[in-house]
Amino acid sequence: MPLPDLENPHLAKHSVSTRAAGSEPHIDTEPELPEWWLAAKQAAWERFNELPLPTRLDERWRFSKLSGLALDSYALTREERAAQTMSQRAHHPMEEEAHETPYQCPTLPPFERAATLCFHGQTLVHGVELPEELAERGVIFEPLTEALATHGDFLRDYFHKYPTELGSEKFTALNTALTNTGAILYVPAGVEIAEPFLVEHSVEGEHAAAFPHTLVILGERAKATLVEHFTSDTEAPQLVSAVSDLHAAAGAQLTYIGVQDWSPAALALHSSAIAVERDARVLSINLHLGGAQVRHESHSRLLAPGAHSDMCSLSIAHGHQEFDQRTLQTHAAPNTSSDLLYKNALLGHAHTIFSGLIVVEPDAQKTNAYQSNRNLFLSPDAHADSLPGLEIEANDVRCTHGSTSYRIDPEQLYYLLSRGIPPAAANEMLVFGFFEEVLNKLNDTHPALRDALSTFTQQKFKATQSA
Amino acid sequence: MSLLEIRDLHIAIGEKPIVKGLSLTLRGGEVHAIMGPNGAGKSTLSKAIAGHPDYTVTGGDILLDGRSLLDMEPDERARAGIFLAFQYPSEIPGVSLANFLRAAVQARIPEGEELDAVAYYKRLYEKMDHLKIDRKFTSRAINEGFSGGEKKRCEILQMMMLEPEFVLMDETDSGLDIDALRIVAEGINSMRGPNFGALVITHYQRLLDYIVPDYVHVLYDGRIVKSGGKEIALELEAKGYDWVQNELAPAAVA
Repeated sequence: MPLPDLENPHLAKHSVSTRAAGSEPHIDTEPELPEWWLAAKQAAWERFNELPLPTRLDERWRFSKLSGLALDSYALTREERAAQTMSQRAHHPMEEEAHETPYQCPTLPPFERAATLCFHGQTLVHGVELPEELAERGVIFEPLTEALATHGDFLRDYFHKYPTELGSEKFTALNTALTNTGAILYVPAGVEIAEPFLVEHSVEGEHAAAFPHTLVILGERAKATLVEHFTSDTEAPQLVSAVSDLHAAAGAQLTYIGVQDWSPAALALHSSAIAVERDARVLSINLHLGGAQVRHESHSRLLAPGAHSDMCSLSIAHGHQEFDQRTLQTHAAPNTSSDLLYKNALLGHAHTIFSGLIVVEPDAQKTNAYQSNRNLFLSPDAHADSLPGLEIEANDVRCTHGSTSYRIDPEQLYYLLSRGIPPAAANEMLVFGFFEEVLNKLNDTHPALRDALSTFTQQKFKATQSA
Repeated sequence: MSLLEIRDLHIAIGEKPIVKGLSLTLRGGEVHAIMGPNGAGKSTLSKAIAGHPDYTVTGGDILLDGRSLLDMEPDERARAGIFLAFQYPSEIPGVSLANFLRAAVQARIPEGEELDAVAYYKRLYEKMDHLKIDRKFTSRAINEGFSGGEKKRCEILQMMMLEPEFVLMDETDSGLDIDALRIVAEGINSMRGPNFGALVITHYQRLLDYIVPDYVHVLYDGRIVKSGGKEIALELEAKGYDWVQNELAPAAVA
């Protein structure tokens, strides 16, 4: 089956440079995409068509609402139409400027950034360029298509090098086939950057589909932070299949924050693949706030001694939202460690699923792995499924896992009330207290980002209360 | 002048009566001590005044400046001027002491008005220094990992920040070493004045060496069996609680 029209060259070969100073993006002329990339997309499209949709028999989809996965309702050609509109605008940027102000992506509370890329659909609508000093040191922070055109052969080795193996193969194939937006962050060996990079993805249009792909590569001893913020420009149904591919070479320190705040009617599938080399450390935190049905898969691979992965998540599930989180901590080398903390606050009729597995391969002695899922029930009608698991093939390891469910503690609540704090505010404080454990992971390294995320999460929680 | 009146109060936990007809009047400026053996109903009295949902008032009334507390929610009672210093303060993960106290102070200023954060912190640090609490505690989660003495000092800090009209101290001396006891007592004494009354609940006379009461009441089986001046505390210390059981209680019922 041929790829849908999206691969139409006048679309895919357009990209926007952030090198131009200021916020007005500059349209480049037709960079050539590498052959291998186009071939990979074609192969992925075929794989997508071959692979079946998940069924009840698939353990990896246990408890998920499979009826929600029918992709027919998101005609991919609609996205094509939306894209064509954007493309036409791109051909006539001056006309567009004359007629309307550029789209503003929904924003996070402010924090200092190294650089920013904001995408509306596949169009780069805003960018804060990489500081010259970082560009000179070889740092790359560019839209996917632009980076492919200029650094394609270098990037080739990293795309899907370590795919997630958690059940969404069909959807990641779709992502590869139709990827039309996303960013590349490359930080060369020894370069340390304190301020976070920010990528904003706003899915464009009703019943549209989006396929963002973000690739982060940290060289040896490099240090960097990337924040991805996923939003929608509508409250109508949308389909998202997103991939975040994270690579930390020996001694690197990577912090990754994913904030998903998609349309309340969106179906979203997001896969995070985390590869951690010798003595490298990766901290990933995913905040789940939006969407109707959202599945997030996160797979850490501890590839060499000393590698460490901290995997965290924070969800505010309300209404009839379903947050389906599947994780895998693969210890493939001795003396590696991983620590997983997934916390869900459940309101309304929400449903959360956590299914996590720690795998310790035979030669991964002295592994230290931890896994914890905690669910705070704020409604009697909410439901959480929790499936923690271990698969240990080495004999000298320390692995613990657990899952706890609880409600607001009446004594804690009374303590706050007894100081004159009104019930609504007191409840809120206890819920925010529940969130802090995850956000506190950023205390030492990123206090400003921590505060921004804390404020944002609190705002989102308050919005669910008044809804 | 403020006034806390307890009139023929009956309190039950579930179906079980604990306090069985207790009357007491506290005026601003006074410190009353309530002493009694375990199970006499001391803590029950303080929790019921502060509106803990596990304690049901089955008869009588509690009036603060003429207004019944029984119709008020726990947070309303607190804002009206009641403060309970807990025997076992709750640990609350993820909620910092500074944010918590700030919310409590904010709840006391008129709606729409913003708290003066600079003045708030200045005052908070002043009180903390006074109570010898490390300023770093402001960013720590409430009571989480605090020692017994730290928790009690923290209760007094909250009291000093919220400036209640009446404070109910539920066995604040339990688990305190002598230095901590002295610091806590100094905190209470610094607040004494015409607009501050205290009901000090204790099992031991020791605390009353530092917080000298105007009145002492002996509680036994849900009733006050003897009231008088601070000398009663000394008498109780000398004669022990057997005296209450064998002499005071039968006399009070008779």
